[in-house]
Amino acid sequence: MSDRYISIEGISRSYPAPGGGSTTVFEDLWLSMARGEFVAVIGHSGCGKTTVLNILAGLDAPSSGVVIVDVKAIEGPSLDRAVIFQSHALMPWKSALGNVAYAVASKWPRRSRGEIEGKARQAIELVGLGPAADRKPAQLSGGMKQRVGIARALSIDPKILLMDEPFSALDALTRGTLQDEVRKICIETGQTVFMITHDVDEAIYLADKIVLMTNGPGARIAEIVVNPLPQGRTRNDVHRHPAYYPLRNHIIDFLVSRSKAFDSEIAGKSWDPRHPPHVNPAQPERSPLHPVRMPQASESEASSRDFPEAQRRTAL
Amino acid sequence: MTWSSDVRAYLVSALILVTFLLAWHLAVTGGGGGQKMDPEYAKLMGLSATQGKSAMPGPLDVGATLWGHIKDPFYVRGTNDVGLGLQLGHSILRVMAGYLLAMAVAIPLGFLIGMSPLMSRALDPFIQVLKPISPLAWMPLALYTIKDSSTSAIFVIFICSVWPMLINTAFGVANVRKEWLNVARTLEVGTFRKAFTVILPAAAPTIVTGMRISIGIAWLVIVAAEMLVGGTGIGYFVWNEWNNLSITNVITAILVIGLVGMILDQILAALGRFVTFPE
Repeated sequence: MSDRYISIEGISRSYPAPGGGSTTVFEDLWLSMARGEFVAVIGHSGCGKTTVLNILAGLDAPSSGVVIVDVKAIEGPSLDRAVIFQSHALMPWKSALGNVAYAVASKWPRRSRGEIEGKARQAIELVGLGPAADRKPAQLSGGMKQRVGIARALSIDPKILLMDEPFSALDALTRGTLQDEVRKICIETGQTVFMITHDVDEAIYLADKIVLMTNGPGARIAEIVVNPLPQGRTRNDVHRHPAYYPLRNHIIDFLVSRSKAFDSEIAGKSWDPRHPPHVNPAQPERSPLHPVRMPQASESEASSRDFPEAQRRTAL
Repeated sequence: MTWSSDVRAYLVSALILVTFLLAWHLAVTGGGGGQKMDPEYAKLMGLSATQGKSAMPGPLDVGATLWGHIKDPFYVRGTNDVGLGLQLGHSILRVMAGYLLAMAVAIPLGFLIGMSPLMSRALDPFIQVLKPISPLAWMPLALYTIKDSSTSAIFVIFICSVWPMLINTAFGVANVRKEWLNVARTLEVGTFRKAFTVILPAAAPTIVTGMRISIGIAWLVIVAAEMLVGGTGIGYFVWNEWNNLSITNVITAILVIGLVGMILDQILAALGRFVTFPE
């Protein structure tokens, strides 16, 4: 089932509240991703998107529900899922190459030193940092540090790349360049990517699907926006595409008003958290509440209605 | 003409030194002739009273004595007449023994405390009570149980240098940045490898700071400890020369203690620079 390469199945996460009881950041969250898909999650701070990423990374565990990656429920961190941290998280006592080599040596501990370094150097060169490979992070600019972070994540050939606002700490020019490079690398390698962002344009440029999350606590996945822009889009022409403004406006409308009042928007209507509507804002005649279901989604819907995904997998 | 700030600082230092030495020299040369006194009484009082010279040695006396010690630091002319170099050697060896023992205990234990919140809380009351005890208060107990004065001095060094290293190691280990630990977790790095490749380098500057505090305390304490246990060492030398009323030797020893302490501190400072990483 390639469209369920990653399957988030009914996860919730709650924290003990200061005055007793607990705060639920989100509950009954369902999301699936196909292999090679680039999914961006967008939502306001506090909606739990970083928590979702941490759960996918295995750094955090859901209070209930499971996440299945490549037909295996995840139990803790794995070298199959590489994380690009917001704050780059490089170890300052190691050189750029050393940081990448550390990841390579963790993935393939039996390889010789030369093999490890070769693989690390290859990743460093992929992000265009060849000449600066031996510099310490303190001698690198913010953009270069994040490149090392990207190289480190890519060097271990992960099944999934998890990116937590990877470009948010960078200046606009550097951010643009890095977005271009990440897009190029992800398309070339067919990388499956789960990215968290605050930046609407970043989501539109990079992602195949944009997941809109409502405000927490009790956040939900409101919609999955299918990016109508062509695969071959470039930074310079993306805003000239006729679908660009409907898409952008749709997302901004959501962030500005609908994300707060989503519960009243769906009040009285049947709401299935397992199948948040897939929306294509380029076809404005359809209201978001009667959305176009993507063909794959409706196919899988029929089979998964009787057998919840998790049960079906164990049965197989 | 402008001098660099370094040169100016050196010049001021030199000026302070010269002023101090000059004042010292003038203060001890004294004025006036010897007092008139009964010759028998004069014999008892010695040269200082009869010739109006101060009993306090001047910088020239100390310089001459120091030069004598530097020329011949390692002689042994009986138990109470051993070269300054040998005495220092004894003290340094004791400090090293106690200090290395303290490192061997404090750093692994500090790792344990830093990595395990349970152990941290369980051991905290013991550390809080044991830390403020003056190391010399352990001396009688050490002498009674160990029954060897030299080993007791080593124990006292151990007990005084263990705390700063332990506390700093635990603090450094517990405060390793979460993001580095998360990197290690996502890379599925095992506990042992993580301790050596992430926590140790990240905590090293804090650990070395603790080691530097410890070596300072150890060098302070060894002098006092050796005054108590006697036999050998720079502390014993000071006490012995006080009994000999050789203030010149006492001042020389004070100077040497300061210099050795500075060298020990600088060695640890260099180690600190070596393990510190710029961010």
